[in-house]
Amino acid sequence: MNQEILVAILATAVTAGTPILYAALGEILAERAGVLNLGVEGMMLAGAVSGFIFATKTSSPWTGLLIAMLAGGLLAAIHAFLTVTLKANQVVSGLALTMFGTGLSGYIGKSYVGMPLPVPFHKVSVPVLSDIPFIGPVLFNHDPMVYLSYILVPVLWFFIFRTRSGLHLRAVGENPAAADSMGINVFLTRYIYVIIGGMLAGMGGAYLSLHYVPSWMENITAGRGWIAVALVIFATWNPVNALWGSYFFGGIDALGFRLQTMNVTISPHFLKMLPYLFTVVVLVLVTKRNMLNRIGSPRALGLPYDREER
Amino acid sequence: MILPGYVIEKRLTPSSTAYVIIPILSIILALAAGAIFLELSGRNCFEIYSRMFSGAFGSRYGLSETVVKAIPLTLTGIGVALAFRMQLWNIGGEGQLYMGAFAATWVALTFPGGSGWWVLPTMVLLGMLAGGLWALIPAIPRAIWGVNEIITTLMLNYVAIFWVDYLVFGPWKDPNGFNFPMTAQFSPGAILPALGNSRIHAGLFFGLALTVIFYLIIYHTRWGYEIRVTGENPNSAHYAGMNSKRNIMLVMFFSGAICGLAGMSEVAGIAGRLQQGLSPGYGFTAIIIAWLSRLNPFAIVIVAFLFAGLQVGGYIVQTSGIPSSMVTMLQGLLLFFVLGGELLTNYTIKRMPANPSGDDMR
Repeated sequence: MNQEILVAILATAVTAGTPILYAALGEILAERAGVLNLGVEGMMLAGAVSGFIFATKTSSPWTGLLIAMLAGGLLAAIHAFLTVTLKANQVVSGLALTMFGTGLSGYIGKSYVGMPLPVPFHKVSVPVLSDIPFIGPVLFNHDPMVYLSYILVPVLWFFIFRTRSGLHLRAVGENPAAADSMGINVFLTRYIYVIIGGMLAGMGGAYLSLHYVPSWMENITAGRGWIAVALVIFATWNPVNALWGSYFFGGIDALGFRLQTMNVTISPHFLKMLPYLFTVVVLVLVTKRNMLNRIGSPRALGLPYDREER
Repeated sequence: MILPGYVIEKRLTPSSTAYVIIPILSIILALAAGAIFLELSGRNCFEIYSRMFSGAFGSRYGLSETVVKAIPLTLTGIGVALAFRMQLWNIGGEGQLYMGAFAATWVALTFPGGSGWWVLPTMVLLGMLAGGLWALIPAIPRAIWGVNEIITTLMLNYVAIFWVDYLVFGPWKDPNGFNFPMTAQFSPGAILPALGNSRIHAGLFFGLALTVIFYLIIYHTRWGYEIRVTGENPNSAHYAGMNSKRNIMLVMFFSGAICGLAGMSEVAGIAGRLQQGLSPGYGFTAIIIAWLSRLNPFAIVIVAFLFAGLQVGGYIVQTSGIPSSMVTMLQGLLLFFVLGGELLTNYTIKRMPANPSGDDMR
């Protein structure tokens, strides 16, 4: 394999990984606060469709992105209300959110299917950095949303592990009763991070419809929201690991796509299976590793907090 | 706290009236919320709903179509409910259905002239085995290392669907099928008998039989008792010496096997062949049906029938430009309301008592 093809594959790995990265970062925040949100797929779809519609109507991908965040956040708020206030089962509420988001996006996006987006996010090479051999074309010849994610990852890492608010966030996810007695508002904290998580998932969806594809089709996410949920475990709830992980999955996506164009005799149906099979295999290996290293999920993950049962 | 001045208090025993009222109220509220979306997109919701209702339940044809759709929904509903009983989230009913359909088709295509009495039973057995094994793949790592089965079962759905795609686009494509992604027609010996001249097939009896078997096993056997205890309190099951690992694998296997039977009865009862897009998401709808029925097998049959009606009604209004995704949206909304309503089953909302001591009542 010559270097040109390698660079192309790696660059595609970055773009293919970016929607998963946004969604995984959002899920990390929600899970760090102790709320499992399996509605990622639905929130991504809502973001993708609303972002596309508004980008088309306003001729600006940035308004589209903003609306996508709003849509993702709004759906996440339903999940927060059900699981935090009404203490509903988080697994089932997340599944309901995915169904609702899938149905809603299909319903409102019906008349936009297959329409090309006149104003997608375009590639902008970063001056100087994009001239670095190998690294430049792989990392610094992308669209603005990729660069935004480069900034977001270290910022979130710093926030979670090095700030007071980040400490509060982790406390709420690990031991809400103790956090409560320290004067942290557990309910409010959970609402905030579930909603921010939804906004990030909406951005991930918007990346698909505003740059990666760029148009709208039903189920445009094709399971990427679920891969993001798996990735959070792989990343041990750490944004920096989520970056590597999403590029790894993006790479598998890119490789499958590459092989299809290179006249390989493997059926395209098998190549399409790759990301899903890899997710299963990786999840098994990582869970085993986490168990050996005693790395677990936030301890209060999935449990509703009830002040009376403190 | 929902409203100032009111508090939510846990009930000591769940309200029994709420058990009945909440599902009914949820359906009404979900339809009302759906109506808002319909009206917002400039459609008359009353007209659409009444057309859906009369389409699904108002004619002999509509009713028989609803029963036809209720068959796979009942089977997959029972299948996932079995796993849910043990707090195992089998979200892979869809994939298990496809694998069951695949194995049954293999029997039918391998013995094309087969008209012996053994053809259909073999299809049932292999269909169940394939669905069961497909569910066992995520069950083993779940039992041994605690690998999250929600994600693994869901991922395997995609793999199973692509596998069937591969077959019907590739090696199993009907040479006389005008290039449609489907296999050749099964011989009559591999097709389930139909009820009279309707499309309702013998799969109906699979569904009803499994409902009774599910009930008997869960409530009247030692194994069923173990499943219930493990689902409600894994720790006490462990202390009581129950073998949770073995039960996880067994329950997931049978859960998948029942979904596999749904796939078998779809290919052998409806189309008489394997084709692309065999299921419009029965395995996912099954999750809502199971939850709405509170995992009660008899309730599953009734709820599956109602959801089948929703699906048929959805097809009917598709002709006037309502996207089929509206049905998925309504299902999601319904589940939201059911979840919200559970609060009323287990909690009660009370006026906050007067607070003479003046303490901060939080």
